[in-house]
Amino acid sequence: MQILVCVKRVPAPGARINVTEDGQGVDAAHLGFTTSPHEECAVEEAVRITETRGGEVTVLTLGPPEAEEQLRYAASVGAHRLVLIPIEDVDWDPQRTAAALTDAIGGLEAADGAFDLILFGNESADAGGFQVGVRVAHALGRPIVNGIKSVEVGERTISARREIDGGFEVYELPMPAALGVKEGINLPRYPTMKGRLASKKAEVGGVAVDSSDGGQTRLRLYRPEEQVSKTVILGTGPEAAGAVVDLFEELGVLP
Amino acid sequence: MSLLVLCDHDRGTLAEASLEALTFGRDLAGRLDVSWGAVLIGSGADQAVGHLAAYGVGTVHLATHELLTDYGPEAWGETLAQLVRSTDTTAVTACGTDRGNEVMAQVAARLDEPFVANCLEVRPGDGSWSATRVQWGGSLLEDVTVDAGVRLFSVAHHAQDATPDSAVGVGTVTPFSPDLDASLAHSVVADRVVRTHGITLTTAPVVVGGGRGVGSAEGFGALEELAGALGGVVGCSRAVTNNGWRPHSDQVGQTGTRIAPDLYIANGISGAIQHWVGAMASKNILAVNTDPEANMVVKAGYAVIGDLHQVVPAIIEEIRRRQS
Repeated sequence: MQILVCVKRVPAPGARINVTEDGQGVDAAHLGFTTSPHEECAVEEAVRITETRGGEVTVLTLGPPEAEEQLRYAASVGAHRLVLIPIEDVDWDPQRTAAALTDAIGGLEAADGAFDLILFGNESADAGGFQVGVRVAHALGRPIVNGIKSVEVGERTISARREIDGGFEVYELPMPAALGVKEGINLPRYPTMKGRLASKKAEVGGVAVDSSDGGQTRLRLYRPEEQVSKTVILGTGPEAAGAVVDLFEELGVLP
Repeated sequence: MSLLVLCDHDRGTLAEASLEALTFGRDLAGRLDVSWGAVLIGSGADQAVGHLAAYGVGTVHLATHELLTDYGPEAWGETLAQLVRSTDTTAVTACGTDRGNEVMAQVAARLDEPFVANCLEVRPGDGSWSATRVQWGGSLLEDVTVDAGVRLFSVAHHAQDATPDSAVGVGTVTPFSPDLDASLAHSVVADRVVRTHGITLTTAPVVVGGGRGVGSAEGFGALEELAGALGGVVGCSRAVTNNGWRPHSDQVGQTGTRIAPDLYIANGISGAIQHWVGAMASKNILAVNTDPEANMVVKAGYAVIGDLHQVVPAIIEEIRRRQS
């Protein structure tokens, strides 16, 4: 089975994000970078599928030359083939990103045949445009469903579950198909020493694409005004319990 | 010219976020001085029509087709794209829910137009429009310009209140029959699995959250007990799910569930941005933490400085004492 996973290099979630002076991007000076969390899970899911069913996992990213780190990380946890679409700009808009990925995937498939399954993250942790996977799948004529938290691969179909309030929706898609997956679909493994060493030698293929700007243009990025709220300290240690339950009564949350 | 608001509903039950999108769309149509209508897609959607009247909806476009018996992102997206093409629509808004964003992305792909997800504000202009949208789940904002034939937006969930407007009353319902290819059935819901009945993270009035400070899966026992006493549910941070102490479905945060309860009690949670953006819509936050400088303590309205392993049992005991 041939699986493609599209990933994005993003600043490590949890860090305080500062913006560059010109407001065009995040200040990377003191940031660690990682694979966007949903996509790290997508790589893990793809590797698990090929471990049981055979086949190969190709990981594709559009990003700065440093995004090679994220591709090598994917190799260290089991991906077989790495492809980078290098860009110099800060961040491409969603339409342009999708057009470039579509173009690159078209090239890969023309050379080696169609991917049975293409996995995207539900949305990137940083820009959060909620659309690149859908645009690519539509351009390639593949069905796609987002928000997927479990995948079962059959002979010609994929059964995918999406979490909703109080349960799951089940989708049955014929392959070739595409899915947008969410964190929680699995718990990604850590690379082994052997995996790390092998990934250093892995070959990273490059693909150049020709694409033009879409209709959404960034003016500036900025931090929202933080609401300065004075925290009311109800007390210290277990002695605060009385004040806490007073608060519960005041808020009307005691049944 | 007109504006459309896509309503997210599940077999006739309207998503609350749709009311936010209706309020946003009504306001935007007012500023543009154009007519506006709501779009309901699929079987059962007619049951939601009655709820729209309270929001001043003049026209409801009710789309039905044999492929629209249940939710399908592609079938819904194609339906809405066809409705846009068949009308003089200048803008479409939806709510920034999983479905709202997914269907709008489908519409955008089909119309080859930009789609600006999770907006806080949209500013119409003569040529290009501009908008403010959230990035990083709300910890950064981005101003963008939008050059498009049809402007497609979603409204960030919890970013604005839903306000009824009874001035218009019940509007007209216009049926719409899209022309859908059989292949669109490939991404329609095939089955459903009901896992829990009753309250969930998104509906609970109280969420009792635990972070790394809880220390173990067993440590959540006291939090479960407190949640039970308050008629709430337990949530957790990403560190907790990464340690395997709780299932991912309990995770509150950017890559988990966004919550908005009356009260969120954050126990032993440092309050990293990833977690904060999932919890910040809570109406009240009480942080329990040993560290008075913890981000969660600084941002919370109320805090107790102390070890949750002592504080939580003391709170439970105090509740019992007052109830007996």
